[in-house]
Amino acid sequence: MTRVYTFLAALIAAIAAPAIGMAQGIDAKVNEIFANSTGWFVNFIFAPIPGTDFAWIVAWLVIGATVFSLYFGFIQFRVWRHSLHLVAGKYSDPKDAGEVSHFQALATALSGTVGLGNIAGVAVAVSIGGAGATFWMILAGLLGMASKFTECTLGVKYRNEYADGTVSGGPMYYITKGFAERGLPGGKILAVLFAIFCVLGALGGGNMFQANQAHSQIAGVVGDYPGWITGLVFASVVFAVIVGGIKSIAKVTEKVVPFMGVLYVGVALIILLMNIDQIGWAFGQIFNGAFTGNGIVGGMVGALIQGFRRAAFSNEAGVGSAAIAHSAVRTKEPITEGFVSLLEPFIDTVVICTMTALVIIITGQLMTDPQTGLYIIGENGRVVTASGASGVGLTSAAFGSTLSWFPYILVIAVVLFAFSTMISWSYYGLKAWTYMFGEGKKQELTFKVIFCVFVVIGAAASLDPVIDFSDAAIFAMAVVNIFALYLLMPIVKRELESYLKRLQSGEIKRFK
Amino acid sequence: MTERIVVGFDASAAARRAVDHALASAKGAGAQIVLAHVLEWSPYSFLTKEEVEERHARRTEELERANAAIMAPLVAELAAAGITVETEIRYGHVADTLIAIANEHKAGSIVAGRTGGAGLAARLFGSVAGTLAQVSPVPVTIVP
Repeated sequence: MTRVYTFLAALIAAIAAPAIGMAQGIDAKVNEIFANSTGWFVNFIFAPIPGTDFAWIVAWLVIGATVFSLYFGFIQFRVWRHSLHLVAGKYSDPKDAGEVSHFQALATALSGTVGLGNIAGVAVAVSIGGAGATFWMILAGLLGMASKFTECTLGVKYRNEYADGTVSGGPMYYITKGFAERGLPGGKILAVLFAIFCVLGALGGGNMFQANQAHSQIAGVVGDYPGWITGLVFASVVFAVIVGGIKSIAKVTEKVVPFMGVLYVGVALIILLMNIDQIGWAFGQIFNGAFTGNGIVGGMVGALIQGFRRAAFSNEAGVGSAAIAHSAVRTKEPITEGFVSLLEPFIDTVVICTMTALVIIITGQLMTDPQTGLYIIGENGRVVTASGASGVGLTSAAFGSTLSWFPYILVIAVVLFAFSTMISWSYYGLKAWTYMFGEGKKQELTFKVIFCVFVVIGAAASLDPVIDFSDAAIFAMAVVNIFALYLLMPIVKRELESYLKRLQSGEIKRFK
Repeated sequence: MTERIVVGFDASAAARRAVDHALASAKGAGAQIVLAHVLEWSPYSFLTKEEVEERHARRTEELERANAAIMAPLVAELAAAGITVETEIRYGHVADTLIAIANEHKAGSIVAGRTGGAGLAARLFGSVAGTLAQVSPVPVTIVP
């Protein structure tokens, strides 16, 4: 019953609050406290490599993805055909029917990653880094396929299986078990460190960024009103699902989100087809901007950093979250989960993110100086946009400039994506939390309540501090995870070689 | 080799009539019965994270329940009637799976009940009996 009251209270607040003058004050206060208390962490993660203006964390991600690509002989280009066969069920033993299929594992993991990163994140990338950021984003997506392959294979291999048939997995588990197996010290400490960052990532990118952008999108359509109101409403619904256990809401969302994704891609395709004569020009902008920057702050490096940042945020390759999602799948060969998971960065970043970027570029949202052809840079160091919007508002304006009704659909899509990503990350965060504090009702409730509080903070704070903290927390996960992956990758290589040999000899049977 | 008859059984009244029909013909021909129970399942449906996590436990539960509540009593009954019975409990599309079972057991025929749906839904999505009649490689008996 209390749940219903909370929800009603939030609803009444939503209707009555615009009249209250101090409402805006709450947002400003929340924003100030939040920016002040997270600044040091953000500064540390995005600190430049001494003597350059290149953030070390971006180098870390790029080097990681490159090392995995080289070490596994560009696995992403060698096995994608087999990956598709696995997803289509060609290698599934009919006797195992009724277990989670590779297709279902992929769809579930994708619905956690496809979301605001693809809609709002890309807009942020091109408004700071220009069209050229798209090139680096695509490259990061392609390289990231190898990171995802590595972490998801390990996630399945070292998961914990319990007597009741459920499983828990993810970097926490492969770091502890994998390090022990290789006789390396410090596994436990590293695993706890990862778990801490995972909780922060769940609260940041998996929660605040989502609430923030959902609010901005709703406010863009119905008119401006204080963010904490959206926050309260969202928090109530999230609370109802994760604490109240109202699974039907989560179920409906999980089933609607894939269709929203298909709808989004479909509409983007229609807009691109309507402007098919400009696609060549748009790719010209992307390639040209990638190496010159076309006048953006920071030039080529600026474009590169934005591209890589947003790609990592969108597809989560190397971050470790996907390893948690995939580890619940039952399969005799852990490596097959790796093969399937490497399709995610491709679908998420190379296909969907690129479409968003193309729509923004083709509809002329990024303002250029007609004389020099360079971007016009505003006072905040960003490219001036046609509508003046940034983040999800920019994507909305881009789609809306061709299809005027689409922003309304986009509001629904954004709210649903935001919601499903929150639910996914509450699951990742919870796994990390219970890894640290033990499984139990009390521990779980503590985390869930904290999670809901951050929904409100996220919706109330302004975009910049939120996006910086969200990135910082998610990248901190990648720092620990990629370090562990370097040490554990020989194990994956062994699995890979054994599997490929058996596949070639026909020991791994094809059923269809 | 003795002839085998595959009977689709889902605990419904129509399925029960199908079993009775198969029993009568099996007795007459001295055939064996393969009792098949198919749990409708598509590997392409969407699942939530929790459903993924619990799937294996659920599946084990479902199989045990199907065996204990649906198959076991019937097997005992048929065995008492002097018929050799084999059982198959599987996941999948019902008609396709029944056909796969018939192929694997080299069965001479399939017997299935029908629900009698002739409405819009049955026309759009097809019925098990209809699909069997269209694609089965062996003779099919539909019991009303």
